[in-house]
Amino acid sequence: MTLKTKQKRVLGMVLFAGCVGLSLSTLAWSDGDAWYEHDREEHEHAEGGFYGNTSDVPMITNAAYKTECSACHFAYPAGLLPERSWLSVMNNLENHFGENAELDPETQATITRYLQGHAADRIPNRFSRSILRSIRPDQAPLRITETSYFEHKHREVPDRMVRGNDKVRSFSNCLSCHSMADKGVFDEDSVRIPGFGRWED
Amino acid sequence: MKKYLFVAALMLGATGENISDLTAAEPGKQLWTQMHMQKKLGKQVSCASCHTADLKQAGEHLRTGKRIEPMALSVNPERLTDPAKVEKWFRRNCKWTWGRECTAQEKQQIMAMMKAS
Repeated sequence: MTLKTKQKRVLGMVLFAGCVGLSLSTLAWSDGDAWYEHDREEHEHAEGGFYGNTSDVPMITNAAYKTECSACHFAYPAGLLPERSWLSVMNNLENHFGENAELDPETQATITRYLQGHAADRIPNRFSRSILRSIRPDQAPLRITETSYFEHKHREVPDRMVRGNDKVRSFSNCLSCHSMADKGVFDEDSVRIPGFGRWED
Repeated sequence: MKKYLFVAALMLGATGENISDLTAAEPGKQLWTQMHMQKKLGKQVSCASCHTADLKQAGEHLRTGKRIEPMALSVNPERLTDPAKVEKWFRRNCKWTWGRECTAQEKQQIMAMMKAS
């Protein structure tokens, strides 16, 4: 190999690396929809990457999930439960916490795929990791409120503010108090409890 | 006379023919408030338990408390515009509320009532 072709090759590699770097950075800044919808292999490399550093849970990016689930309740971000939990929820829609939430097979498959790919053990971020750590590997909780992490985080919230509060009624109604829950934001600063206001620890 | 109309409506309904919405709306109202035992809930429920008896009013999901938009077409013209959505909710809600699927005739009577409300 002559010196000139070697130089050319190095230059080409530098240019290629630059292009890849640039395209990746635009992906990180964009809304994230396209970034998400790749194969699962890619998510497995995401640990410690862009999402590893965010404290918010990724917002819901799937239209079917959003429409179907929020018809009756707050659409919980997929990153709040592991894949095994979502699978058990989706395989039992006929008895969905005492309700019938049957879907046509196609919609059911679409939503299941989405939840699988975006579950706590698929898209890591601080919240998802904390929730995962609080669940034993042989457990597949069906409710986010049953996880030790959730219980720990809400242990100081008195019953009268939630179950005894007509505007809240249940810990399952995230958005009643977490004013930005629909954006995937669950930090304390955004908490406004109806009838009580801000939450001061 | 009224009785004959009702019988005629039933017969037409049974053969899958389209009966006039006016005739079907009345039995629809009865179906709407008919109580059934919901075993998982341990309570008697009807369509009106969540949707209210007045179709022009918004209802509320029994468990989650989420608002359910009115069912009357006169105040909510969006209703019945998406056949797949109509079928999905009939399937779920009939099974949950009545413990079985609704027949084609029952569905038609309920839809007739929604149109007439």
